Amino acid sequence: MLTSADFATLLLTFKVASLATVLMLLFGTPLAWWLARTQSKWRGIINTFVALPLVLPPTVLGFYLLVLLGKNGLIGELTTWLGMGTLPFTFAGLVVASVLYSLPFVVQPLQTAFLSIGQQPLEAAATLRASPIDTFFSVVLPLSKSGFLTATILGFAHTVGEFGVVLMVGGNIPDKTRVVSVQIYNHVEALEYTQAHWLAGGLLGFSFTVLFILYSVLNTTPHVK
Amino acid sequence: MNNSITARFKLDYDEFQLSTELTLPNSGVTVLFGHSGSGKTTLLRCIAGLQYPQQSYLEINGTIWQDSDTGVFLPTHKRPLGYVFQDANLFSHLTVRDNLNFGLKRLKASLLSSKIESFHCPTLIHLLGIEHLLDRLPERLSGGEKQRVAIARALVLNPEILLMDEPLASLDAKRKQEILPFLSQLNQQLKIPVIYVTHSHQEVAQLADYLVIMEAGKVQASGVLSETLSRLDLPLSQDREATTVWNATVLDHEPAFHLTRVAFAGGTLSLPAIEAKIGTPLRVQIYARDVSIVLESPRATSILNVLPAIITESAEGDNGQSIVRLTVGQQPLLAHITRKSALLLKVSNGKAVFVQIKGMSILN
Repeated sequence: MLTSADFATLLLTFKVASLATVLMLLFGTPLAWWLARTQSKWRGIINTFVALPLVLPPTVLGFYLLVLLGKNGLIGELTTWLGMGTLPFTFAGLVVASVLYSLPFVVQPLQTAFLSIGQQPLEAAATLRASPIDTFFSVVLPLSKSGFLTATILGFAHTVGEFGVVLMVGGNIPDKTRVVSVQIYNHVEALEYTQAHWLAGGLLGFSFTVLFILYSVLNTTPHVK
Repeated sequence: MNNSITARFKLDYDEFQLSTELTLPNSGVTVLFGHSGSGKTTLLRCIAGLQYPQQSYLEINGTIWQDSDTGVFLPTHKRPLGYVFQDANLFSHLTVRDNLNFGLKRLKASLLSSKIESFHCPTLIHLLGIEHLLDRLPERLSGGEKQRVAIARALVLNPEILLMDEPLASLDAKRKQEILPFLSQLNQQLKIPVIYVTHSHQEVAQLADYLVIMEAGKVQASGVLSETLSRLDLPLSQDREATTVWNATVLDHEPAFHLTRVAFAGGTLSLPAIEAKIGTPLRVQIYARDVSIVLESPRATSILNVLPAIITESAEGDNGQSIVRLTVGQQPLLAHITRKSALLLKVSNGKAVFVQIKGMSILN
Protein backbone atom coordinates (compact mmCIF):
# COMPACT_ATOMS: atom_id res chain seq x y z
CA MET A 1 0.00 0.00 0.00
CA LEU A 2 0.97 3.65 -0.09
CA THR A 3 3.45 4.96 2.43
CA SER A 4 3.29 8.36 4.09
CA ALA A 5 6.05 9.45 1.72
CA ASP A 6 3.77 8.55 -1.18
CA PHE A 7 0.93 10.55 0.32
CA ALA A 8 3.27 13.51 0.73
CA THR A 9 4.08 13.42 -2.97
CA LEU A 10 0.37 13.24 -3.81
CA LEU A 11 -0.36 16.25 -1.64
CA LEU A 12 2.54 18.20 -3.11
CA THR A 13 1.44 17.32 -6.65
CA PHE A 14 -2.05 18.54 -5.87
CA LYS A 15 -0.67 21.79 -4.42
CA VAL A 16 1.61 22.47 -7.38
CA ALA A 17 -1.10 21.68 -9.93
CA SER A 18 -3.75 23.78 -8.18
CA LEU A 19 -1.53 26.79 -7.75
CA ALA A 20 -0.18 26.51 -11.29
CA THR A 21 -3.72 26.23 -12.69
CA VAL A 22 -4.87 29.33 -10.84
CA LEU A 23 -1.84 31.26 -12.10
CA MET A 24 -2.31 30.00 -15.65
CA LEU A 25 -5.94 31.09 -15.66
CA LEU A 26 -4.95 34.46 -14.25
CA PHE A 27 -2.25 35.15 -16.82
CA GLY A 28 -3.60 32.95 -19.59
CA THR A 29 -7.01 34.62 -19.80
CA PRO A 30 -5.80 38.11 -20.76
CA LEU A 31 -3.12 36.55 -22.95
CA ALA A 32 -5.68 34.36 -24.78
CA TRP A 33 -8.04 37.35 -25.10
CA TRP A 34 -5.26 39.43 -26.62
CA LEU A 35 -4.21 36.63 -28.97
CA ALA A 36 -7.81 36.08 -30.07
CA ARG A 37 -8.44 39.72 -30.89
CA THR A 38 -5.21 41.45 -31.80
CA GLN A 39 -4.14 42.40 -35.30
CA SER A 40 -0.62 43.02 -34.02
CA LYS A 41 2.36 41.64 -35.87
CA TRP A 42 3.57 40.24 -32.52
CA ARG A 43 0.71 37.78 -32.45
CA GLY A 44 2.53 35.10 -34.41
CA ILE A 45 5.68 35.16 -32.31
CA ILE A 46 3.80 35.22 -28.98
CA ASN A 47 1.60 32.35 -30.13
CA THR A 48 4.72 30.40 -31.05
CA PHE A 49 6.30 30.92 -27.64
CA VAL A 50 3.12 29.86 -25.86
CA ALA A 51 2.85 26.72 -27.99
CA LEU A 52 6.55 25.71 -27.81
CA PRO A 53 6.16 23.42 -24.76
CA LEU A 54 3.78 21.30 -26.85
CA VAL A 55 6.61 20.19 -29.12
CA LEU A 56 9.81 20.70 -27.08
CA PRO A 57 11.16 17.78 -25.09
CA PRO A 58 10.45 18.69 -21.44
CA THR A 59 14.12 18.32 -20.66
CA VAL A 60 14.98 21.06 -23.12
CA LEU A 61 12.52 23.44 -21.51
CA GLY A 62 13.74 22.34 -18.08
CA PHE A 63 17.35 22.87 -19.05
CA TYR A 64 16.81 26.43 -20.25
CA LEU A 65 14.69 27.25 -17.23
CA LEU A 66 17.45 25.93 -14.99
CA VAL A 67 19.96 28.15 -16.73
CA LEU A 68 17.69 31.22 -16.73
CA LEU A 69 16.50 30.82 -13.16
CA GLY A 70 19.91 29.75 -11.80
CA LYS A 71 22.39 31.95 -9.93
CA ASN A 72 24.04 33.25 -13.09
CA GLY A 73 20.88 33.36 -15.19
CA LEU A 74 19.10 36.54 -16.13
CA ILE A 75 16.06 35.83 -13.99
CA GLY A 76 18.20 34.26 -11.26
CA GLU A 77 20.17 37.46 -10.85
CA LEU A 78 16.93 39.40 -10.66
CA THR A 79 15.40 37.13 -8.00
CA THR A 80 18.64 37.19 -6.04
CA TRP A 81 18.76 40.98 -6.24
CA LEU A 82 15.15 41.06 -5.00
CA GLY A 83 16.24 38.97 -2.03
CA MET A 84 14.22 35.92 -3.08
CA GLY A 85 17.21 33.70 -3.68
CA THR A 86 17.14 31.45 -6.73
CA LEU A 87 14.13 29.44 -7.82
CA PRO A 88 15.54 26.06 -8.98
CA PHE A 89 14.97 23.22 -6.54
CA THR A 90 12.28 25.13 -4.65
CA PHE A 91 8.50 24.81 -4.57
CA ALA A 92 8.15 28.25 -6.21
CA GLY A 93 10.52 27.21 -9.00
CA LEU A 94 8.42 24.12 -9.56
CA VAL A 95 5.27 26.20 -9.88
CA VAL A 96 6.89 28.66 -12.32
CA ALA A 97 8.16 25.80 -14.48
CA SER A 98 4.74 24.13 -14.40
CA VAL A 99 3.00 27.31 -15.47
CA LEU A 100 5.26 27.71 -18.50
CA TYR A 101 5.05 24.04 -19.37
CA SER A 102 1.24 23.73 -19.20
CA LEU A 103 0.29 27.21 -20.41
CA PRO A 104 -0.65 26.15 -23.97
CA PHE A 105 -3.20 23.74 -22.50
CA VAL A 106 -4.94 26.69 -20.90
CA VAL A 107 -4.37 29.42 -23.48
CA GLN A 108 -5.41 27.46 -26.56
CA PRO A 109 -8.87 26.33 -25.38
CA LEU A 110 -9.53 29.85 -24.12
CA GLN A 111 -8.39 31.38 -27.38
CA THR A 112 -10.67 29.05 -29.32
CA ALA A 113 -13.59 29.87 -27.03
CA PHE A 114 -13.03 33.61 -27.39
CA LEU A 115 -12.74 33.35 -31.17
CA SER A 116 -15.96 31.40 -31.43
CA ILE A 117 -17.90 34.10 -29.58
CA GLY A 118 -17.14 36.51 -32.39
CA GLN A 119 -17.57 40.24 -32.60
CA GLN A 120 -21.37 40.41 -32.49
CA PRO A 121 -22.21 39.91 -28.80
CA LEU A 122 -19.48 42.41 -27.93
CA GLU A 123 -21.03 45.01 -30.20
CA ALA A 124 -24.48 44.31 -28.79
CA ALA A 125 -23.14 44.81 -25.28
CA ALA A 126 -21.49 48.08 -26.28
CA THR A 127 -24.77 49.42 -27.66
CA LEU A 128 -26.37 48.44 -24.34
CA ARG A 129 -24.07 50.67 -22.30
CA ALA A 130 -21.58 48.00 -21.20
CA SER A 131 -17.94 49.09 -21.04
CA PRO A 132 -15.35 46.69 -22.51
CA ILE A 133 -14.38 45.33 -19.08
CA ASP A 134 -18.01 44.96 -18.06
CA THR A 135 -18.64 43.15 -21.36
CA PHE A 136 -15.80 40.76 -20.69
CA PHE A 137 -17.24 39.68 -17.35
CA SER A 138 -20.94 39.76 -18.21
CA VAL A 139 -20.87 38.43 -21.78
CA VAL A 140 -17.53 36.86 -22.72
CA LEU A 141 -17.02 34.82 -19.53
CA PRO A 142 -20.48 33.22 -19.47
CA LEU A 143 -20.35 32.51 -23.20
CA SER A 144 -16.95 30.79 -22.90
CA LYS A 145 -17.81 28.73 -19.82
CA SER A 146 -17.03 25.41 -21.48
CA GLY A 147 -13.73 26.81 -22.76
CA PHE A 148 -12.76 27.74 -19.21
CA LEU A 149 -13.77 24.31 -17.92
CA THR A 150 -11.68 22.63 -20.60
CA ALA A 151 -8.74 24.93 -19.91
CA THR A 152 -8.89 24.33 -16.16
CA ILE A 153 -9.13 20.57 -16.42
CA LEU A 154 -6.44 20.22 -19.10
CA GLY A 155 -4.09 22.64 -17.35
CA PHE A 156 -4.46 20.84 -14.04
CA ALA A 157 -4.20 17.35 -15.48
CA HIS A 158 -1.21 18.19 -17.62
CA THR A 159 0.63 19.68 -14.66
CA VAL A 160 -0.07 16.56 -12.60
CA GLY A 161 1.44 14.46 -15.35
CA GLU A 162 4.67 16.37 -15.93
CA PHE A 163 8.02 14.69 -15.25
CA GLY A 164 10.97 15.97 -17.25
CA VAL A 165 10.63 19.65 -16.43
CA VAL A 166 10.03 18.84 -12.76
CA LEU A 167 13.12 16.74 -12.54
CA MET A 168 15.30 19.38 -14.20
CA VAL A 169 14.01 22.42 -12.33
CA GLY A 170 12.66 20.93 -9.10
CA GLY A 171 14.84 17.96 -8.55
CA ASN A 172 13.80 15.21 -6.20
CA ILE A 173 13.58 16.77 -2.72
CA PRO A 174 11.02 15.10 -0.43
CA ASP A 175 8.16 17.39 0.66
CA LYS A 176 9.57 20.26 -1.38
CA THR A 177 9.72 19.25 -4.99
CA ARG A 178 9.07 15.52 -5.15
CA VAL A 179 5.81 15.03 -7.03
CA VAL A 180 3.98 11.81 -7.93
CA SER A 181 5.57 11.24 -11.30
CA VAL A 182 9.05 11.53 -9.77
CA GLN A 183 8.03 9.24 -6.90
CA ILE A 184 6.95 6.58 -9.40
CA TYR A 185 10.39 6.86 -10.99
CA ASN A 186 12.00 6.47 -7.56
CA HIS A 187 9.95 3.37 -6.82
CA VAL A 188 10.84 1.76 -10.10
CA GLU A 189 14.53 2.55 -9.58
CA ALA A 190 14.29 0.85 -6.18
CA LEU A 191 12.38 -2.07 -7.72
CA GLU A 192 9.31 -1.28 -5.53
CA TYR A 193 6.88 -2.33 -8.22
CA THR A 194 3.84 -2.68 -5.96
CA GLN A 195 3.98 0.94 -4.87
CA ALA A 196 4.79 2.06 -8.41
CA HIS A 197 1.66 0.19 -9.49
CA TRP A 198 -0.53 1.94 -6.96
CA LEU A 199 0.65 5.42 -7.91
CA ALA A 200 0.77 4.76 -11.65
CA GLY A 201 -2.66 3.17 -11.56
CA GLY A 202 -3.98 6.16 -9.64
CA LEU A 203 -2.62 8.61 -12.23
CA LEU A 204 -4.00 6.48 -15.05
CA GLY A 205 -7.43 6.47 -13.44
CA PHE A 206 -7.25 10.22 -12.83
CA SER A 207 -6.27 11.03 -16.42
CA PHE A 208 -8.86 8.69 -17.84
CA THR A 209 -11.61 10.23 -15.72
CA VAL A 210 -10.62 13.76 -16.64
CA LEU A 211 -10.58 13.08 -20.38
CA PHE A 212 -13.76 11.04 -20.17
CA ILE A 213 -15.53 14.00 -18.54
CA LEU A 214 -14.19 16.32 -21.22
CA TYR A 215 -15.11 14.17 -24.19
CA SER A 216 -18.46 12.80 -23.13
CA VAL A 217 -20.06 14.66 -20.25
CA LEU A 218 -19.13 18.17 -21.38
CA ASN A 219 -19.49 17.10 -24.98
CA THR A 220 -16.58 19.28 -26.05
CA THR A 221 -13.41 18.50 -27.88
CA PRO A 222 -10.28 19.71 -26.15
CA HIS A 223 -8.76 22.13 -28.60
CA VAL A 224 -5.06 21.67 -28.41
CA LYS A 225 -3.29 21.68 -31.70
CA MET B 1 -29.53 74.28 -29.77
CA ASN B 2 -29.16 72.75 -33.17
CA ASN B 3 -31.95 70.22 -33.55
CA SER B 4 -30.62 68.00 -36.24
CA ILE B 5 -28.11 65.31 -37.00
CA THR B 6 -24.91 66.12 -38.83
CA ALA B 7 -22.88 63.15 -40.00
CA ARG B 8 -19.65 63.39 -41.98
CA PHE B 9 -17.51 60.31 -42.40
CA LYS B 10 -14.54 59.38 -44.54
CA LEU B 11 -13.47 55.80 -44.26
CA ASP B 12 -11.01 54.08 -46.54
CA TYR B 13 -10.66 50.31 -46.76
CA ASP B 14 -8.74 48.79 -49.62
CA GLU B 15 -11.78 47.80 -51.66
CA PHE B 16 -14.33 50.17 -50.24
CA GLN B 17 -14.50 53.87 -49.51
CA LEU B 18 -17.21 55.58 -47.55
CA SER B 19 -17.51 59.30 -47.95
CA THR B 20 -20.68 60.89 -46.67
CA GLU B 21 -21.85 64.30 -45.69
CA LEU B 22 -25.38 64.40 -44.34
CA THR B 23 -27.74 66.54 -42.35
CA LEU B 24 -30.72 64.58 -41.15
CA PRO B 25 -33.90 65.61 -39.35
CA ASN B 26 -34.02 64.78 -35.66
CA SER B 27 -37.48 63.28 -35.79
CA GLY B 28 -39.27 60.66 -37.83
CA VAL B 29 -37.77 57.76 -39.72
CA THR B 30 -34.79 58.29 -41.97
CA VAL B 31 -34.24 55.33 -44.26
CA LEU B 32 -30.77 54.63 -45.64
CA PHE B 33 -31.56 52.85 -48.88
CA GLY B 34 -29.22 51.16 -51.31
CA HIS B 35 -27.91 47.91 -52.76
CA SER B 36 -25.72 45.66 -50.67
CA GLY B 37 -22.23 47.10 -50.66
CA SER B 38 -23.48 50.66 -51.03
CA GLY B 39 -22.21 51.49 -47.54
CA LYS B 40 -25.50 51.99 -45.76
CA THR B 41 -24.69 49.58 -42.94
CA THR B 42 -21.18 50.98 -42.61
CA LEU B 43 -22.65 54.47 -42.28
CA LEU B 44 -24.99 53.24 -39.55
CA ARG B 45 -22.10 51.55 -37.74
CA CYS B 46 -20.12 54.78 -37.94
CA ILE B 47 -22.97 56.62 -36.24
CA ALA B 48 -22.99 53.97 -33.52
CA GLY B 49 -19.23 54.25 -33.02
CA LEU B 50 -18.68 50.64 -34.04
CA GLN B 51 -16.46 51.67 -36.94
CA TYR B 52 -13.41 53.91 -36.82
CA PRO B 53 -13.33 56.22 -39.85
CA GLN B 54 -10.18 58.19 -40.58
CA GLN B 55 -12.15 61.43 -40.70
CA SER B 56 -15.39 62.00 -38.90
CA TYR B 57 -17.73 64.55 -37.48
CA LEU B 58 -20.97 63.54 -35.80
CA GLU B 59 -23.28 65.89 -34.00
CA ILE B 60 -26.65 64.86 -32.60
CA ASN B 61 -29.01 67.48 -31.21
CA GLY B 62 -26.17 69.86 -30.50
CA THR B 63 -23.90 67.30 -28.82
CA ILE B 64 -20.73 66.29 -30.61
CA TRP B 65 -20.29 62.52 -30.45
CA GLN B 66 -17.12 62.47 -32.46
CA ASP B 67 -14.83 64.88 -34.25
CA SER B 68 -11.57 63.67 -35.73
CA ASP B 69 -10.23 67.24 -35.87
CA THR B 70 -10.39 67.69 -32.12
CA GLY B 71 -9.91 64.04 -31.23
CA VAL B 72 -13.35 63.68 -29.63
CA PHE B 73 -14.67 60.13 -29.78
CA LEU B 74 -17.49 59.00 -27.55
CA PRO B 75 -17.19 55.21 -27.25
CA THR B 76 -20.27 53.22 -28.23
CA HIS B 77 -21.23 52.34 -24.66
CA LYS B 78 -21.41 56.02 -23.75
CA ARG B 79 -23.64 56.99 -26.68
CA PRO B 80 -27.33 57.34 -25.76
CA LEU B 81 -28.49 55.22 -28.69
CA GLY B 82 -30.46 52.08 -29.36
CA TYR B 83 -29.18 49.65 -32.00
CA VAL B 84 -31.12 46.81 -33.60
CA PHE B 85 -28.90 44.36 -35.46
CA GLN B 86 -29.80 42.51 -38.62
CA ASP B 87 -30.06 39.14 -36.90
CA ALA B 88 -31.31 40.32 -33.48
CA ASN B 89 -28.01 39.46 -31.80
CA LEU B 90 -29.57 38.56 -28.46
CA PHE B 91 -27.33 37.22 -25.69
CA SER B 92 -27.78 33.46 -25.94
CA HIS B 93 -26.92 32.91 -22.27
CA LEU B 94 -29.65 35.22 -20.98
CA THR B 95 -33.43 34.90 -20.93
CA VAL B 96 -35.54 37.44 -22.77
CA ARG B 97 -36.14 39.24 -19.47
CA ASP B 98 -32.42 39.43 -18.72
CA ASN B 99 -31.70 40.55 -22.26
CA LEU B 100 -34.14 43.41 -21.71
CA ASN B 101 -32.62 44.22 -18.33
CA PHE B 102 -29.02 44.10 -19.54
CA GLY B 103 -28.86 47.69 -20.71
CA LEU B 104 -31.40 48.95 -18.19
CA LYS B 105 -29.28 47.88 -15.21
CA ARG B 106 -26.23 49.63 -16.59
CA LEU B 107 -28.15 52.73 -17.50
CA LYS B 108 -29.63 53.01 -14.03
CA ALA B 109 -26.18 52.60 -12.53
CA SER B 110 -24.81 55.45 -14.62
CA LEU B 111 -27.67 57.92 -14.24
CA LEU B 112 -29.13 59.81 -11.37
CA SER B 113 -32.50 58.28 -10.59
CA SER B 114 -34.46 61.33 -11.76
CA LYS B 115 -34.27 60.44 -15.44
CA ILE B 116 -35.51 56.91 -15.03
CA GLU B 117 -39.14 57.88 -14.40
CA SER B 118 -39.82 57.98 -18.09
CA PHE B 119 -38.99 54.34 -18.81
CA HIS B 120 -41.94 52.46 -20.10
CA CYS B 121 -40.84 48.86 -20.08
CA PRO B 122 -44.29 47.26 -19.59
CA THR B 123 -45.81 49.40 -22.35
CA LEU B 124 -43.08 48.37 -24.75
CA ILE B 125 -43.36 44.71 -23.85
CA HIS B 126 -47.07 44.95 -24.51
CA LEU B 127 -46.68 46.95 -27.71
CA LEU B 128 -44.27 44.39 -29.11
CA GLY B 129 -46.32 41.46 -27.89
CA ILE B 130 -43.56 39.65 -26.04
CA GLU B 131 -45.12 39.24 -22.57
CA HIS B 132 -45.33 35.48 -22.92
CA LEU B 133 -41.68 35.14 -23.97
CA LEU B 134 -39.98 36.77 -20.99
CA ASP B 135 -38.68 33.60 -19.35
CA ARG B 136 -37.48 31.95 -22.54
CA LEU B 137 -33.93 31.67 -23.81
CA PRO B 138 -33.33 33.18 -27.28
CA GLU B 139 -32.76 29.75 -28.85
CA ARG B 140 -36.44 28.98 -28.20
CA LEU B 141 -37.73 32.05 -30.09
CA SER B 142 -38.71 32.33 -33.73
CA GLY B 143 -36.86 34.82 -35.94
CA GLY B 144 -39.69 37.32 -35.69
CA GLU B 145 -39.90 37.00 -31.92
CA LYS B 146 -36.16 37.47 -31.58
CA GLN B 147 -36.31 40.65 -33.61
CA ARG B 148 -39.17 42.01 -31.52
CA VAL B 149 -37.20 41.34 -28.34
CA ALA B 150 -34.18 43.04 -29.90
CA ILE B 151 -36.27 46.12 -30.68
CA ALA B 152 -37.65 46.21 -27.14
CA ARG B 153 -34.15 45.74 -25.73
CA ALA B 154 -32.91 48.78 -27.62
CA LEU B 155 -35.92 50.93 -26.79
CA VAL B 156 -36.16 50.33 -23.03
CA LEU B 157 -33.04 52.44 -22.72
CA ASN B 158 -35.03 55.47 -23.85
CA PRO B 159 -32.33 56.31 -26.39
CA GLU B 160 -31.97 59.68 -28.06
CA ILE B 161 -31.75 57.96 -31.42
CA LEU B 162 -32.66 54.49 -32.67
CA LEU B 163 -30.46 52.80 -35.27
CA MET B 164 -31.86 49.78 -37.11
CA ASP B 165 -29.78 47.67 -39.48
CA GLU B 166 -32.11 45.76 -41.84
CA PRO B 167 -34.11 44.39 -38.91
CA LEU B 168 -36.38 42.44 -41.27
CA ALA B 169 -33.86 41.19 -43.81
CA SER B 170 -33.28 37.81 -42.20
CA LEU B 171 -37.01 37.06 -41.91
CA ASP B 172 -39.30 35.38 -44.41
CA ALA B 173 -42.19 37.28 -45.99
CA LYS B 174 -44.67 36.08 -43.39
CA ARG B 175 -42.54 37.17 -40.44
CA LYS B 176 -41.93 40.50 -42.14
CA GLN B 177 -45.63 41.12 -42.26
CA GLU B 178 -45.74 40.18 -38.58
CA ILE B 179 -43.24 42.88 -37.62
CA LEU B 180 -43.86 45.69 -40.10
CA PRO B 181 -47.11 46.78 -38.41
CA PHE B 182 -45.27 46.90 -35.08
CA LEU B 183 -42.62 49.10 -36.61
CA SER B 184 -44.99 51.59 -38.17
CA GLN B 185 -47.06 51.73 -35.00
CA LEU B 186 -43.89 52.18 -32.98
CA ASN B 187 -42.61 54.97 -35.15
CA GLN B 188 -45.80 56.92 -34.69
CA GLN B 189 -45.42 56.72 -30.93
CA LEU B 190 -41.68 57.33 -30.73
CA LYS B 191 -40.50 60.84 -30.30
CA ILE B 192 -36.93 60.07 -31.24
CA PRO B 193 -35.30 59.96 -34.65
CA VAL B 194 -34.93 56.52 -36.20
CA ILE B 195 -32.27 55.70 -38.77
CA TYR B 196 -33.28 52.57 -40.63
CA VAL B 197 -31.17 50.65 -43.13
CA THR B 198 -32.89 48.60 -45.80
CA HIS B 199 -32.77 47.58 -49.45
CA SER B 200 -36.50 46.87 -49.62
CA HIS B 201 -38.80 49.19 -51.59
CA GLN B 202 -41.67 48.01 -49.46
CA GLU B 203 -40.06 49.08 -46.19
CA VAL B 204 -39.12 52.44 -47.67
CA ALA B 205 -42.72 53.11 -48.69
CA GLN B 206 -44.11 51.91 -45.40
CA LEU B 207 -41.70 53.44 -42.91
CA ALA B 208 -39.64 56.30 -44.34
CA ASP B 209 -40.31 59.96 -43.68
CA TYR B 210 -36.93 60.99 -44.98
CA LEU B 211 -34.97 59.04 -47.56
CA VAL B 212 -31.21 58.78 -48.11
CA ILE B 213 -30.12 56.85 -51.19
CA MET B 214 -26.65 55.37 -50.96
CA GLU B 215 -24.52 54.25 -53.89
CA ALA B 216 -20.90 53.04 -53.82
CA GLY B 217 -20.15 54.56 -50.44
CA LYS B 218 -21.63 57.94 -51.31
CA VAL B 219 -24.92 59.68 -50.74
CA GLN B 220 -26.67 59.80 -54.08
CA ALA B 221 -29.66 61.76 -52.87
CA SER B 222 -31.41 62.67 -49.66
CA GLY B 223 -34.63 64.43 -48.85
CA VAL B 224 -38.23 64.14 -47.74
CA LEU B 225 -39.68 60.81 -48.88
CA SER B 226 -42.29 62.01 -51.40
CA GLU B 227 -39.84 64.49 -52.94
CA THR B 228 -36.99 62.01 -53.21
CA LEU B 229 -39.18 59.23 -54.61
CA SER B 230 -40.37 61.55 -57.37
CA ARG B 231 -36.99 62.92 -58.42
CA LEU B 232 -36.55 62.14 -62.10
CA ASP B 233 -32.75 62.27 -61.93
CA LEU B 234 -32.70 59.15 -59.71
CA PRO B 235 -32.93 55.59 -61.02
CA LEU B 236 -35.70 54.94 -58.50
CA SER B 237 -38.18 56.94 -60.60
CA GLN B 238 -37.49 54.76 -63.66
CA ASP B 239 -37.94 51.50 -61.79
CA ARG B 240 -41.04 49.44 -62.61
CA GLU B 241 -41.77 49.69 -58.90
CA ALA B 242 -41.54 53.49 -58.96
CA THR B 243 -44.07 54.94 -56.55
CA THR B 244 -45.07 58.00 -54.64
CA VAL B 245 -46.29 57.92 -51.08
CA TRP B 246 -48.78 60.41 -49.69
CA ASN B 247 -49.70 61.06 -46.12
CA ALA B 248 -53.45 61.21 -45.65
CA THR B 249 -56.13 61.02 -42.98
CA VAL B 250 -59.44 59.19 -42.97
CA LEU B 251 -62.22 61.64 -43.88
CA ASP B 252 -65.37 59.52 -43.88
CA HIS B 253 -66.84 56.18 -44.87
CA GLU B 254 -69.38 55.40 -47.59
CA PRO B 255 -70.72 52.05 -46.42
CA ALA B 256 -73.26 51.88 -49.25
CA PHE B 257 -70.42 51.73 -51.78
CA HIS B 258 -67.99 49.94 -49.53
CA LEU B 259 -65.62 52.90 -49.80
CA THR B 260 -63.54 55.08 -47.49
CA ARG B 261 -62.58 58.63 -48.37
CA VAL B 262 -59.25 60.05 -47.24
CA ALA B 263 -57.94 63.61 -47.34
CA PHE B 264 -54.43 64.60 -48.39
CA ALA B 265 -52.77 67.98 -48.80
CA GLY B 266 -54.67 69.09 -51.89
CA GLY B 267 -57.70 66.86 -52.27
CA THR B 268 -59.49 63.65 -51.42
CA LEU B 269 -59.24 60.06 -52.60
CA SER B 270 -61.70 57.19 -52.52
CA LEU B 271 -60.38 53.85 -51.42
CA PRO B 272 -61.85 50.41 -50.85
CA ALA B 273 -63.37 50.49 -47.36
CA ILE B 274 -60.97 50.11 -44.46
CA GLU B 275 -61.73 49.82 -40.80
CA ALA B 276 -60.32 52.96 -39.28
CA LYS B 277 -61.66 55.81 -37.22
CA ILE B 278 -62.17 59.18 -38.85
CA GLY B 279 -59.00 61.21 -38.52
CA THR B 280 -56.68 58.16 -38.51
CA PRO B 281 -53.42 59.00 -40.31
CA LEU B 282 -52.32 56.62 -43.02
CA ARG B 283 -50.02 56.34 -46.00
CA VAL B 284 -51.25 55.88 -49.52
CA GLN B 285 -48.86 54.38 -52.02
CA ILE B 286 -49.46 55.07 -55.71
CA TYR B 287 -47.48 53.22 -58.35
CA ALA B 288 -46.41 55.34 -61.31
CA ARG B 289 -47.71 52.64 -63.67
CA ASP B 290 -51.22 53.05 -62.19
CA VAL B 291 -51.41 56.74 -63.06
CA SER B 292 -52.72 57.94 -66.41
CA ILE B 293 -52.99 61.49 -67.73
CA VAL B 294 -55.94 63.12 -69.49
CA LEU B 295 -56.19 66.67 -70.80
CA GLU B 296 -59.77 67.30 -69.72
CA SER B 297 -61.73 66.01 -66.80
CA PRO B 298 -63.58 63.03 -68.22
CA ARG B 299 -67.34 63.43 -67.95
CA ALA B 300 -67.85 59.77 -67.29
CA THR B 301 -65.25 57.22 -66.24
CA SER B 302 -65.17 54.10 -64.12
CA ILE B 303 -62.12 55.41 -62.38
CA LEU B 304 -63.11 57.12 -59.15
CA ASN B 305 -60.00 59.06 -58.47
CA VAL B 306 -59.57 61.78 -61.03
CA LEU B 307 -57.64 64.78 -59.78
CA PRO B 308 -56.44 68.05 -61.29
CA ALA B 309 -52.66 68.18 -61.59
CA ILE B 310 -49.86 70.24 -63.04
CA ILE B 311 -46.97 68.75 -64.96
CA THR B 312 -43.69 69.90 -63.43
CA GLU B 313 -41.10 67.77 -65.19
CA SER B 314 -40.71 64.91 -67.59
CA ALA B 315 -37.96 62.58 -68.72
CA GLU B 316 -37.39 59.80 -71.22
CA GLY B 317 -37.26 56.34 -69.73
CA ASP B 318 -36.23 53.00 -71.17
CA ASN B 319 -38.28 51.05 -73.73
CA GLY B 320 -40.31 53.92 -75.14
CA GLN B 321 -41.48 55.07 -71.78
CA SER B 322 -41.93 58.61 -70.51
CA ILE B 323 -41.74 59.50 -66.85
CA VAL B 324 -43.84 62.49 -65.87
CA ARG B 325 -43.68 64.28 -62.57
CA LEU B 326 -46.79 66.20 -61.53
CA THR B 327 -48.09 67.97 -58.48
CA VAL B 328 -51.56 67.31 -57.16
CA GLY B 329 -52.37 70.00 -54.63
CA GLN B 330 -49.05 70.06 -52.83
CA GLN B 331 -48.20 66.41 -53.38
CA PRO B 332 -45.76 65.21 -56.00
CA LEU B 333 -46.90 62.32 -58.17
CA LEU B 334 -45.15 60.16 -60.75
CA ALA B 335 -46.76 58.77 -63.89
CA HIS B 336 -45.27 56.25 -66.30
CA ILE B 337 -46.85 56.66 -69.73
CA THR B 338 -45.77 55.66 -73.22
CA ARG B 339 -43.68 58.07 -75.24
CA LYS B 340 -46.38 58.14 -77.89
CA SER B 341 -48.96 59.24 -75.30
CA ALA B 342 -46.58 61.92 -74.08
CA LEU B 343 -46.32 63.29 -77.60
CA LEU B 344 -50.07 63.15 -78.22
CA LEU B 345 -50.74 64.90 -74.90
CA LYS B 346 -48.05 67.47 -75.71
CA VAL B 347 -46.57 67.01 -72.24
CA SER B 348 -44.78 70.16 -71.17
CA ASN B 349 -43.82 71.73 -67.89
CA GLY B 350 -46.53 73.85 -66.27
CA LYS B 351 -49.34 72.28 -68.25
CA ALA B 352 -52.61 71.74 -66.33
CA VAL B 353 -54.00 68.22 -66.77
CA PHE B 354 -56.01 65.60 -64.92
CA VAL B 355 -54.64 62.38 -63.51
CA GLN B 356 -56.61 59.15 -63.21
CA ILE B 357 -55.42 56.85 -60.47
CA LYS B 358 -56.36 53.27 -61.26
CA GLY B 359 -55.27 51.76 -58.00
CA MET B 360 -53.41 52.44 -54.82
CA SER B 361 -52.46 50.62 -51.65
CA ILE B 362 -52.79 51.65 -48.07
CA LEU B 363 -49.77 51.18 -45.89
CA ASN B 364 -50.44 50.72 -42.17
